[in-house]
Amino acid sequence: MSSTVLLTIIMLSLLGLTAAVILYVVAQKFMVIEDPRIDQVAEVLPGANCGGCGYTGCRAFAEILVKSETFEGLNCPVGGAETMSKAAQILDRQPVAVEPKVAVLRCNGTPENCTRTSVYDGAMNCRVAHSLYGGTTACQFGCLGCGDCVVACQFNAMYMDPVTQLPVIIDEKCVACGACVKACPRTLIELRKRNRKDRKIYVSCQNKDKGGPARKACNVACIGCGKCVKVCPYDAITMADNLAFIDSFKCKLCRKCVTECPTGAILELNFPVKEEKPLQPSVAEVIE
Amino acid sequence: MFKTFPKGGIHPPENKLTASKPIVTLPLPGTVTIPVSQHIGAPATPTVAKGDTVKTGQVIATAKGFVSANIHSPVSGKVSKVEAVADTTGYKQMAVVIDVEGDEWADGIDRSPALVKEISMTREQIIERCKECGLVGLGGATFPTYIKMTVPEGKKCDMIIINGVECEPYLTSDHRLMVEKGNEVLTGVTIIMKALGVAKAIIGIEGNKPDAIEYLSGLSKDYTGITVQPLKVKYPQGGEKQLIKSCTGREVPSGGLPLDVGVVVQNVGTALAVYEAVQKNKPLIERVVTITGKSVINPGNFLVRIGTPVSVLIEAAGGMPDDTGKVVNGGPMMGKALAITGVPVTKGTSGIVIFPAAESQREEILPCIRCGKCSSVCAMGLEPWLLAAVSEKAMFEKAEGEKITDCMECGACSYTCPAKRPLLDYIRLGKATVIRMARERVMK
Repeated sequence: MSSTVLLTIIMLSLLGLTAAVILYVVAQKFMVIEDPRIDQVAEVLPGANCGGCGYTGCRAFAEILVKSETFEGLNCPVGGAETMSKAAQILDRQPVAVEPKVAVLRCNGTPENCTRTSVYDGAMNCRVAHSLYGGTTACQFGCLGCGDCVVACQFNAMYMDPVTQLPVIIDEKCVACGACVKACPRTLIELRKRNRKDRKIYVSCQNKDKGGPARKACNVACIGCGKCVKVCPYDAITMADNLAFIDSFKCKLCRKCVTECPTGAILELNFPVKEEKPLQPSVAEVIE
Repeated sequence: MFKTFPKGGIHPPENKLTASKPIVTLPLPGTVTIPVSQHIGAPATPTVAKGDTVKTGQVIATAKGFVSANIHSPVSGKVSKVEAVADTTGYKQMAVVIDVEGDEWADGIDRSPALVKEISMTREQIIERCKECGLVGLGGATFPTYIKMTVPEGKKCDMIIINGVECEPYLTSDHRLMVEKGNEVLTGVTIIMKALGVAKAIIGIEGNKPDAIEYLSGLSKDYTGITVQPLKVKYPQGGEKQLIKSCTGREVPSGGLPLDVGVVVQNVGTALAVYEAVQKNKPLIERVVTITGKSVINPGNFLVRIGTPVSVLIEAAGGMPDDTGKVVNGGPMMGKALAITGVPVTKGTSGIVIFPAAESQREEILPCIRCGKCSSVCAMGLEPWLLAAVSEKAMFEKAEGEKITDCMECGACSYTCPAKRPLLDYIRLGKATVIRMARERVMK
């Protein structure tokens, strides 16, 4: 081999070696020492990065879990108890029991119940519509029907019903991450306690006007009469701003308030239909 | 020589159907509803209660805080309620509702039509009188006038500009004021000049009002320091920053105010209101409202008391046309469609435009085609396609960085977009959110 070729080979090899040494030293000096458990915990989390835990993604949540002393106040609503107990095992902590929740729309302003008085022709976005005007009905608190909540849901648990013009929440898919709650400019969606068989009892109204104007705008508005508060045997119902609120964690699903409500603002869902007693024949018919 | 502003601008059809219709005073309505918030700033506090008897011109709500305005009763009668009533947006706002009985005026108001040219008040007295009479900017922004007439520490004012542009299509109330009340307007301008201590005033008028330009140019010879500047017809020439640039060549810096370049801008209607307040002690209780539309039988410019329901104006114009699609409060560019017509005329109502259904409906929204027409028409030099996109995606910090607060909501971008995207709707949302964010940051 000529001396030029030999020199080239030696020079390049030396360069390569120097680069390797520099790379090794830099890698060692700037290595980020991370708790290996963060990776392990992130592994068992769902990886949806939905923000339902309140943190910016599953990895951020994993870091918080590793750093925290207890699991108090920390929960992944998507993975639920199963995921939290797996994470607890890895970190050798006690999992904290959290009541599962589900999103519920507190408005029943369908075209049948709540007369449309105008047509909205602007951008199909609830935040825009809300900032522009009170809405297509006389109720300035009700659902605008543009679907910001449906767009926000990352779990395909919502769709807009064209007949009722209200969003529908699919109970089986809802993971109570809270994205729809944040998306609604009128805070019409609430995370309530998930009961067995997805049974629900709630006040489907957020109208804070006095009874007269509220009822005029919508047939099934809450008029703030207070009958439900009086009849509830478990003190689960409170009244504020002409609007009743049922605490889902105190409610025992007895349905007394549903029968008592004069407008039908309190809804009961997924209960067996109450059997109608057979009509007693009237005295006149019997004599006949 | 017709001047204009350099950036952007569009030429929508003018449709000044009522330009030659003289002002007609409407008879008093049966009930008036007076919202306590008809101005920028804190809502006024009502000083009357249900059952009280009030006289025309009497104070019924007092200003709350520095940026606020007094509200006076536009009629005499009995207060039937003081409660939340739906306003032009459909949201309920506190208002005073009065059942009209006769037209008995409060003491001390000069109702004679004689022109009073002599100004006997001092600077301070003029500003105080404007404050007492509840004057706000009548161009639509409704900023309390007395604050604009007070130059804060560190700022200088050497010129005032009077906005006689009225660039919104269809609206003609300012035009008629200039043609019918020229002397009162010019006296009002002189009063404003005295209050601010300036020697020069320019009245900007668009070229589509040649009668106003000629009339005021002639009249201005009898007044000192006032000149009329004819301007090229281009929307939004009436925006104050565009007006200042066209008339003086000075450019207000981004995020700044006209005082930063030594100018104060007032609408011609406000100048007239200043004349009436200072020379006649008359508070702001009525204004000229244009009611117009291609299918309207009797479009016109009507002098109505504040609080008159819009439905009364529509009746005076010959009733709601059968083919009505939208009833817009304001002009077609910046106005907002009404959901109900029972809402009252407020200090900021310049006109009501009734659009036939064929012209009302927005068209199908298509994806952005990246043509850049919106940016080329934006008179503030912004990029509407970007501002609308980041507002839609709730990226409000980015919107703030892109100077969304410089937007004056003129609507030229939405008008021009070939894909019919609702740019202004999203930009308005973004702007309101950014302003709220910035205020919360300051309060922390």
